[in-house]
Amino acid sequence: MLTPQTPITKPVKLSVRDMDFRYGEKKVLDGLSMDIQAERVTAIIGPSGCGKSTFLKCFNRIHEVSSAVKVTGDIKIDGVDIYRGGIDEVDLRRRVGMVFQKPNPFPKSIYENVAFGPRLFGVKDRTTLDGLVESALRKAALWEEVKDRLKESATGMSGGQQQRLCIARALAVNPEVLLMDEPCSALDPIATAKIEELIFELKENLTIVIVTHNMQQAARVSDYTAFFWLGKLIEMDLTERIFTTPRERMTEDYLTGRFG
Amino acid sequence: MPAPLPFRPRRLARLTDRAMRVSLWGLAAAFIAVLLVFVGVILKQGWPVLNLGFLTRMPETLDAGGGIKPEIFNSLYLVALSLAIALPIGLGAGIYMAEYAGRGRALRFLRLCIETLAATPSIVLALFGMIVFVQMMGWSFSIRSGAVTLALLNIPVITRVTEVSLLGVPRELMEASYGLGATKLQTILKVALPYAATGILTGLVLTAGRAFGESAILVFTAGTNTSQVFPDFHLTVPGETLSVHLWYVTSDGTLPDAREIAAGTAAVMIVVLLALNLLVRFLDRAIRRRTR
Repeated sequence: MLTPQTPITKPVKLSVRDMDFRYGEKKVLDGLSMDIQAERVTAIIGPSGCGKSTFLKCFNRIHEVSSAVKVTGDIKIDGVDIYRGGIDEVDLRRRVGMVFQKPNPFPKSIYENVAFGPRLFGVKDRTTLDGLVESALRKAALWEEVKDRLKESATGMSGGQQQRLCIARALAVNPEVLLMDEPCSALDPIATAKIEELIFELKENLTIVIVTHNMQQAARVSDYTAFFWLGKLIEMDLTERIFTTPRERMTEDYLTGRFG
Repeated sequence: MPAPLPFRPRRLARLTDRAMRVSLWGLAAAFIAVLLVFVGVILKQGWPVLNLGFLTRMPETLDAGGGIKPEIFNSLYLVALSLAIALPIGLGAGIYMAEYAGRGRALRFLRLCIETLAATPSIVLALFGMIVFVQMMGWSFSIRSGAVTLALLNIPVITRVTEVSLLGVPRELMEASYGLGATKLQTILKVALPYAATGILTGLVLTAGRAFGESAILVFTAGTNTSQVFPDFHLTVPGETLSVHLWYVTSDGTLPDAREIAAGTAAVMIVVLLALNLLVRFLDRAIRRRTR
């Protein structure tokens, strides 16, 4: 019998209590509560349309830029409510970075992509920018591959490189949380392995929440896993426990492929 | 015994495909031929007249041998002025419609208004300009009356082109920008507008070309005379343009060489428009290389 290896408990970075989420009349998330620990990787799994991506986007309020949404309940970062706690959503998005499903580099040079964030916050000095760009690219394990062609267009890179560039771009503004919305779904297995390795290194000093369709991926990269079903949180636990001894019948059925 | 597959043979589909390709190719070739003949005839007729003297002399009112120097200047000056007025307004309105107005009945109404304005016959704008700027404001037939009225012609087109170009910016890029903590304005200025630049630029040149060839509006607002000074940058002097000159010399009939002057003027206009379009090609490619 496997005994789950309990990681040392970290402080709660993000806490969600009784959250409902509505697009117009439609309720997408229903009564969610969970705690997400700092410097840990939390994976969110579940069938398509269960609200995982929607849930992820609540942490940086990015759906507000394109549609009218209604969120009730509490979502706190370091104990401060991100919807009603007087946090500016623009400032929130600097602290809570995001990597999207499809790599979306700007049609600019590699350098300009990474420098984009720091420039938004008024960094103009060339030496400082150079330093920030290099350190972000190093953190994203991309520096060695691109250091000689920083001026080249980012759209000419391979898909995996583009996605790591997007990670570097997000890291360049020094976020506390990184949200990843199926970051490998458009990548081949080798590029996927590189990203997963990166996630492992990044959690040293970053809180990572990753939505994934790939259950092996969740098992490989995450410390905690939450299983969503039709807008509800069915179960959340240590990843090892979820994959070996889930408490809920539904979780077990999903993991063993009996539905989904 | 399995039932035969219910698929029909595809010979007909293949044949239609081929026929379509041939006829589209033929249509394109015919169109290009017409265009070449058209441009060729104009240039051929204008060629004997085109010389340095024609381009650098002042026009005559009664005698043969007049040039079109001030008309060339006025055409370019009026296009530049009208674009300078129309660009900020059109760009601003386009940005508002694409990014700020939201969706709904108000926006649809606004769009309808702009499309109607864009389709307004230029003679209607011409009379409007004459009544408002030339008469009510007391600006008389002048460069400024012409430039402002011409801007009215340009604004709706620039607005629409800006809106369409901005709506074509991929949502993922906008999200990436917001996701890094950019404000709406930063996202528009640093991501959306650079991406939309080639589309806006193309629209701008089409607008410039239309303004360059416009005659009705300028006959009624900028007049059919030119300043005797060259180059005259004053906004209060009358400013006959090439297309107005072309119309005026052929309809007035006092010049003995009206036919030749008209042919030469038409050729100059065609050459300028050609140059304008080549310039856009070049700029478009340069911008695209940097922003896509």
